[in-house]
Amino acid sequence: MQKKSLTQEELSRRWENIRRNWYKFSRNPLSITGLVMICIILFFTIFAPFVSPYPESAGKFINFYEASQPPSLNHLCGTDAFGRDILTRIFFGCRYSLIMGVTVLLLIVPVGVVLGLIAGYHRGSWLEIVIMRITDIFIAVPPLILALAVCSVLTPSIFNAMLAISIAWWPWYTRLVYGIASSLKEEFFVKSAEVTGANKMYILFREILLNCISPILTKMSLDMGWIILIGSSLSFVGLGAQPPTPDLGSMVADGSKYLPDQWWISVFPAFAIMLIVLSFNLFGDGIRDTLGVERG
Amino acid sequence: MTKPLLEIKNLHVWFKVFGGILRVLDGVNFTVMSEEKVGLVGETGCGKTTTMKAIMRLLSMPPAIIPKGEILFKGKDILRMNRAELQQIRKEKISMIFQDPTAALNPVFTIGTQIQDAVRFSGKSGRKMKKDEIKARAMQVLKEVSLPDQERVLHNYPIQLSGGMRQRVCISMALVSASELIIGDEPETSLDVTIKDQILRLLKELVEKHNTSIILISHALGTVKNMTDKVYVMYAGTMVELAKTKDLFAHPLHPYSKGLLAAIPRLTGGGIGEGIDGHIPEYINPPKGCRFHPRCKQVMPMCKDKKPPLFKVSEKHEVACFLFQNFGGDCIDK
Amino acid sequence: MRLPVFYFRILEVIALTNNILFVDHLEKYFFTYQGIVKAVDGISFFIKEGETFGLVGESGSGKSTVAYTVVGMYRPTKGKIIYKGDKDISQDSRKRPLAIKKEIQIVYQDPGTSLNPSMTIKDILELPLKVHNISKNHEDRIKKVKELLEMVQLPVSYTYKYPSMIGGGEKQMVAIARALATNPSFVLLDEPTSALDVSVQAKLINMLIQFQKKFKLSYLFITHDLSLMRNVASRVAIMYLGKLCEIAPSSEFFKNPLHPYTQMLLSSIPVISDEEEALKPKKIISKGEIPSPVNIPPGCSFHFRCHKKMDICSCEDPIITEVNEGHTVRCHLYTK
Repeated sequence: MQKKSLTQEELSRRWENIRRNWYKFSRNPLSITGLVMICIILFFTIFAPFVSPYPESAGKFINFYEASQPPSLNHLCGTDAFGRDILTRIFFGCRYSLIMGVTVLLLIVPVGVVLGLIAGYHRGSWLEIVIMRITDIFIAVPPLILALAVCSVLTPSIFNAMLAISIAWWPWYTRLVYGIASSLKEEFFVKSAEVTGANKMYILFREILLNCISPILTKMSLDMGWIILIGSSLSFVGLGAQPPTPDLGSMVADGSKYLPDQWWISVFPAFAIMLIVLSFNLFGDGIRDTLGVERG
Repeated sequence: MTKPLLEIKNLHVWFKVFGGILRVLDGVNFTVMSEEKVGLVGETGCGKTTTMKAIMRLLSMPPAIIPKGEILFKGKDILRMNRAELQQIRKEKISMIFQDPTAALNPVFTIGTQIQDAVRFSGKSGRKMKKDEIKARAMQVLKEVSLPDQERVLHNYPIQLSGGMRQRVCISMALVSASELIIGDEPETSLDVTIKDQILRLLKELVEKHNTSIILISHALGTVKNMTDKVYVMYAGTMVELAKTKDLFAHPLHPYSKGLLAAIPRLTGGGIGEGIDGHIPEYINPPKGCRFHPRCKQVMPMCKDKKPPLFKVSEKHEVACFLFQNFGGDCIDK
Repeated sequence: MRLPVFYFRILEVIALTNNILFVDHLEKYFFTYQGIVKAVDGISFFIKEGETFGLVGESGSGKSTVAYTVVGMYRPTKGKIIYKGDKDISQDSRKRPLAIKKEIQIVYQDPGTSLNPSMTIKDILELPLKVHNISKNHEDRIKKVKELLEMVQLPVSYTYKYPSMIGGGEKQMVAIARALATNPSFVLLDEPTSALDVSVQAKLINMLIQFQKKFKLSYLFITHDLSLMRNVASRVAIMYLGKLCEIAPSSEFFKNPLHPYTQMLLSSIPVISDEEEALKPKKIISKGEIPSPVNIPPGCSFHFRCHKKMDICSCEDPIITEVNEGHTVRCHLYTK
C-alpha cells in the first residue's frame, strides 16, 4: 500500500512535467504542424496495405494497359511505366524510409552517445584521444560521400544502405555528447558525486547522461529527416533499395528518365520525401524549443 | 523647499508570462532630491532592479507593462517622453552602474574606445569635439576614479583589468554622462571586501564633488548605512519603510526591516538573529492586503485584506504598517 | 613570549589535542599556460574535534582550493592531510577508501551548480544513501530522504521536485541535507551563504550550528564575510595568496588583530551599529588589489598593499611566529 502511493506520487509528478512540456511545445504552431504531419505520415505508412488504392502495385506487378497514365481520379498521382499506382508506391516507400531512419538511429545513438560520454568524461587521457581522433577521421569525410563509398563496396541492398549511413553518422553523436560531457565534468554536481564515492557508471549514465538527453532528442528528430534524405539519395543512385521494392529515392530516379513529359512519376515521390523531411525538421525545432528553455 | 529631482508616483509594473500576470511593482513611491544620496534596500526579487530599469526605460516592454504610475524627472514624466527627450536624459542626466562590471563592458573593444565613445555621445559638448579633446576628457575621468597609468588602461581590453579596475572604468563612464543622477545597481556586490570599500569610498567622494544625486541599490545594509542620507526599504514590490539612514538603523519600525536588521551577523558576535521565515511571495498571486503578512509575526486581521498606506511616524520616517496607524506626531521611541 | 613555531612543536600540539584534521605544509600548484599558479603554498593548520574553523580570504586567495584538496577533488602537490590523527588522506578521491568519503562531506558555494538540474531532489539525496549502503531498499531510502528533508525544515512535497523549481536558500538546504545524509563527522562549508540573502543566511547558519551540536560535527567554514565569521567560528585563519597570514581564536582575533592585512580587512567591513564601529581598528585606508596568483610578489606577498611596510618585507618572506597562545602571525613586525 505504502509503495503504491509513493509510486503514484512519482507518476503524478512525471505527468505534470509532461503536461508542462506539452504546453510549451504547443505554443509554437509550426511544431504542432510538424507533429500532425508526422502522425498523418505514420498512419498512412502503417496502414499502407489497407488505405492504398492498389496494394498489389507495391510488388512485382505489371499492367501495361494502365502504364504511364497522368494523375486522374483513378490514379491520384498517376502510374509509372509499368502501370503501377504511384500513390500506393509512395505509401509503401515511406514505410521503408521510416524504417530506415528508425533503424539507423537505433544503431548509432547508443554507440555514439556511449563513446561520447566516455571520451568527454576522460578528457585529457588517452581514451579521449583515441576515441575523438577516430571520430575526427569519420567527420572529415562528408557523410553522403562516406555512405556512397561504403555502399559501393557492399552489395546494394536496403540493409547495407542502413549500415553505410550508420557508419557515416555516429560520429556526430559522439561529438555532441563529448562536448556536453566534457563541460559537465567540471560541474560541481559531478564533483560532488565523485567525492561522495559514486562509481563511474553512475556518474556517466545518471549525472551526465540525464543532462544530455534533451540535445540528443533534438538531434535525433532533426536527423530523422536527414537520414531519410541520404537513404533516398543512395537509392537514387542505385545503391540502396533494389527494384521492385518501392523506395522513394529509386522512384525519383526511375521517373527522371521520363522527365519532363511524364513528370508525375518523379515529382510526387520527391514531394513525399520533402514532406517527411520537413515534418521531422519542424518537429525537431519544436522539441529543441521545449526542452532547451528548461535548462536555461 | 527644493523641488524633487526624481519622483516616482504610484508606479505599477507587471509582466505578462506563461500562467498569468506577475504583479511585480505594486504602487511604488520614491523621491530623490537633488544632491541627495538615497539607498534602496531589499532582498533578491523584491523589485529593486525593476524599479531602476523603469526609471531608465530599460524594461523590455512586450513582457512588461506599466498600467499605472508616473516617473517624474524634474517634473517631466519619463514614461511619456519621446525618443529624443529620452535620449537626452540618458545622455546627460542619468546614468547607471551595473552589478557586474565584466558584463557591462564590451569584451571586444578597448577601454579607450568605450570611454571615448561615451564621451563623444555624451550630449553637452556634442559630436564636434576634436579627437585629442575626447582623449583628454577620457584621461581626465580615468584619473578621477584614481586609476593609475591611464594611458595604458586606455589601450587595455576589459579582460586585462582586475574586477576592481573594471568597476572603476564603469564608474568613470557613468561620470561622463551623468550630471544629475547616478543609479548604482549593487555596484559592489561582485567585489571583495577591501576593494568594495575602496569603490564605495570613491563613489561617495565623486558624488559629493560633483553635486550629483545617487540612488544606491543594495541588499547589503552596511553599505547603505555608510553611503546614504535616506533609505527606502522595499519588500515584494512595495515600499515598506522610508527614513533617514540614521533613524532606520537606530529604530527600524516595520517588522520586515526589524527582521532584516536582526538577521545581519554582527562584528560584536553573540550569534545571529532568527532570520525571517518563509520567502518572497509569488508575484502571480501575491497575498492580499499587506504583502508581508504571511511572514509577519505581528500580523493583525486587517493586514490580510487591506493594503497599508505609508503612515507618517515623524517628519522623515514613514512606514507602511497598520501597527503604526495611530502614531501621530513625533513619537519615535520603539 | 614570542616563540618561532617549529615543526616538532606542531607535532606536539597534535599529540596533545584530539584533532579531527591536520593539514601539514599543504601545497597545491596548477600548471597553466601563463605559468605555475601557486593556489595553496605551504599552509599548516589543525582543526579540533567539534569546533568550527574559519578560513577567510578574498577571491583568488586559494581558500576554496584548500577545501577541494581536503575533500579530495585535487591531489596535493606536496604536504600531508591527516584525518583523525592517523589516517593519511593526501590523495584524490579516487584513491580514498569509501569510509573516509563517508566521514568528510562538503557543501559548495552555489547550490545552483552543485545540484544536478535534471535530477529530482529524491535522486540527489538518494545517491549518498546508495553509495554508502545506509538504507537497504527503495522504500527505506524514500523514508530516509523524507526524514532528511524534514531535518532541514523543507516540506516533504519537495521529494519529487527539480532544483530549478525551488528557491536558492531551499536549494542550499538540500545541499546540506545531502552532505549530512552519510552521517559525516567533518563537513567543509565553502561559502555556503554567499549567494543568499541575509534573512535566509541567518536561518541557514542557525541550522548549521544546531546540527553541529546535534551530530557532533566539525566544520571548516570558508567565507569572505568577517562579521559572519565572528558569529560562527571558534578559531579563524586569514589567507592571502595561498598562505596563511594569521591564525587566532575568534575572540582574540577580533579584539587584537595583528597582521596588517587582517587590520585592513576588518577596517573595510561595512557595519550597521556604533558598537561594531568601535570594535573596528581605526581607519586603515584599504588600497590595491590581490595580485594574480601567477606572479606572486617577492618577499612577503602582501607588501605592496601593506601600510606598515618595511625594507625587509620586499625581499624576505616572514616566518610564522606565535605571539600569544594559539595566536600565530606571519609578519616581520612580530619576528624581532
